[in-house]
Amino acid sequence: MEVQSERTGETAVIRPLGDVDMSGSPELRASIRAAQNEGPRRVVVDLAEVAYMDSSGLATLVEAMKNAKASGSELILASMGEKVRAIFEIARLDAYFRIVGSVDEVAG
Amino acid sequence: MIRPETEPELRLELRSNPLYLSGARELISSLAKRLGFDDISCCQIALAVDEALSNIIRHGYDRRPDGRIWVSLWPRVGGDGRRSDDRTPAALTLVIEDEAKQVDPEQIKGRELENVRPGGLGVHIMREIMDEVRFEKRDGVGMRLTMHKTASGPGATQGCGGCG
Repeated sequence: MEVQSERTGETAVIRPLGDVDMSGSPELRASIRAAQNEGPRRVVVDLAEVAYMDSSGLATLVEAMKNAKASGSELILASMGEKVRAIFEIARLDAYFRIVGSVDEVAG
Repeated sequence: MIRPETEPELRLELRSNPLYLSGARELISSLAKRLGFDDISCCQIALAVDEALSNIIRHGYDRRPDGRIWVSLWPRVGGDGRRSDDRTPAALTLVIEDEAKQVDPEQIKGRELENVRPGGLGVHIMREIMDEVRFEKRDGVGMRLTMHKTASGPGATQGCGGCG
């Protein structure tokens, strides 16, 4: 799975392109970790191109959220589709994350 | 709990390589769609199978990619609701078997969700999605997971794209 990364001011955007499953999660985890290590105020994970996520993807994002809290930064999820949101709801994680409609809603 | 006693109508054999997860999901979600499950349900059934296979790969085979896994399917096509005598709900029974490490079925439990931490969600997700989930040891070697799902209503007509 390809993961794109970009940085604008205090915001890093991580954009996974494809299914986030046991195969793709390590790539996403490495990209988020690299972005967080650069110390931006916030990391936004843009899920617009993610049609499918399993529990390994959830675990990756929970770990990233814990890292963000520990460092005093933010982790924000954007553009989450209906099917991916349903998985967050099953795991009762939808309230654990800040979820926005699109990356544009987050200040740069 | 449903206990399949007939030969499965479809049987898939794969190696314990994460590379094959997406193909297994696509097969299951596509079949669920044709049986008449609604859009979200067919994606979620595929997710339950994905979680089961991932657990076998991760914990059963310790990520070794050459273990064998079999997925057997007993589908039931649902009526589409257009005829009053044709409202049978779609249903799907799956049996997933492996030759991996055996564990006590009583020890296979989803974790408490209140304690938010990475990992441990797969079994919880399977139990939330499927109507019935049963783990058991196979004779001699490996585990057997039986899962069943019946649609909540007559067959849906919408698509099920993008969840594989």
